Amino acid sequence: MAFLSSLAHVFTKYGSMFGQAALLTVSLSLGTVLISTILGSLVAFMKISKNKLISSIASVYVAFIRGTPLLVQIYMVFYGLPMLGIKLPTFTFLGADFSRFSSGLIALVINSTAYVCEIVRGGIQSIDIGQTEAARSIGFNKAQSMLYIVFPQAFKNILPSLGNEFVSIIKESSQVSVIGLAELMYTTNTVRAISFTSFEPLIIVSLIYFILTFVLSTFIKKLETKMAKSNRA
Amino acid sequence: MPEEYIIEVKDLGKNFDGLEVLKSIDLQVKKGEVVAIIGPSGSGKSTFLRCINQLETATKGDIYFDGVDLLKDKIDINKIRQKMGMVFQQFNLFPHLTIEKNITIGPMKLLGKSAAEAEAECDRLLEMVGLADKKHAYPSSLSGGQKQRIAIARALAMNPEVILFDEPTSALDPEMVGEVLQVMKDLAKTGITMLVVTHEMGFAREVASKVIFMDNGYIACEGTPTEVFENNENERVKAFLQKVL
Ligand SMILES: Nc1ncnc2c1ncn2[C@@H]1O[C@H](COP(=O)(O)OP(=O)(O)O)[C@@H](O)[C@H]1O
Ligand SMILES: [Mg+2]
Repeated sequence: MAFLSSLAHVFTKYGSMFGQAALLTVSLSLGTVLISTILGSLVAFMKISKNKLISSIASVYVAFIRGTPLLVQIYMVFYGLPMLGIKLPTFTFLGADFSRFSSGLIALVINSTAYVCEIVRGGIQSIDIGQTEAARSIGFNKAQSMLYIVFPQAFKNILPSLGNEFVSIIKESSQVSVIGLAELMYTTNTVRAISFTSFEPLIIVSLIYFILTFVLSTFIKKLETKMAKSNRA
Repeated sequence: MPEEYIIEVKDLGKNFDGLEVLKSIDLQVKKGEVVAIIGPSGSGKSTFLRCINQLETATKGDIYFDGVDLLKDKIDINKIRQKMGMVFQQFNLFPHLTIEKNITIGPMKLLGKSAAEAEAECDRLLEMVGLADKKHAYPSSLSGGQKQRIAIARALAMNPEVILFDEPTSALDPEMVGEVLQVMKDLAKTGITMLVVTHEMGFAREVASKVIFMDNGYIACEGTPTEVFENNENERVKAFLQKVL
């Protein structure tokens, strides 16, 4: 009982901080998934390119990113950008420092792009070759066939996978807390310190993460069922 | 090459990693001719057709189209393909587009037609293939025969000089073969040049001006339908016809 009342106490006292942090986590994750969908598609086009140089650049990128920990990538962006002389603007954004937010966003985008690339590539390759041949036989060049015929079909098919990538990013974005960005995980640690409670904030944050991912997953399942129906028709 | 031929193929060859599918093909097609290409499965009929519009790259020989050598001259293959439609065994309609869009996307994006012009042409073609009521439907709601008629309309929308048909009725349920063949017969009368790979011997006999029998990478026999189908002494042709008729 003492624990429950302590939990309620932490929640009422620091609830708005968690709310603010949840908004930041969602913004960070949504920004990541939107940007990495575009960049991931571009890298996928590079990877399936007939040009050996372009396709190897894309392959090396994807292999390297998928073969190294996200945590390392986050640190590398955070400390690497200033070393390259790139200074991100500092101002308050959603209650956090924008330079840290953009570092985190860049790191997550770099990471997620590699995964989205593979999703998009799989989507493109799952489209029957007859579609490309029909487009080419009308007189569309390679790029037009991809743009008008293959990619729209592939994109529709991979929407659920992109949704699942969104779910992963929400969870993995917690690692961005190491660079001092006040998203959910960082805020949890802050609350643990100032409230002198070690466990209660963890309960609260895990519930928030769970609600976010559960709502999203449910939405994706609905989408998948709807798509399966429309494909059968 | 003489201008009278719209397509002239000389000593055409095609290998697939060592497998010599086309050994040496020669063929002349006059404007407005309907050429039926028959022969056993695996004899290279599809490969031959696909070499003509460069979906496959020939390994040797020449293909002249309107006097231009597609393999040796500097050409824009995309421009050439606009004048050379193709109809596939598996229809290959674009499932994410309505029937109207399937037909108008080429003319709008490639021929610079306005939406109104393209739609008017689409209406005319749908009328011709008897599917005006399907304009706003998606391909998935059509039967096989309807899909193939739309595929023919889609090819026609580019106003091509030649249409290549690769077994257009082979994927259809028997009761739908007739409706597609009827559209093709009507089309033949318009004077468009057609190259048709087919197992429909009735169609070949009735509509084709020339029949070629492909076997083992060569054109083993060539002539008018009467020459190929009646009293033919060629053993391979006889054996083949016995099997399919
Ligand atoms: N892309 C390809 N790669 C390798 N072999 C192929 C390819 N396309 C066709 N072939 C082979 O070429 C031969 C002729 O095929 P095809 O032209 O489809 O014959 P047909 O249309 O007369 O049935 C077959 O043995 C087939 O396996
Ligand atoms: Mg074939």
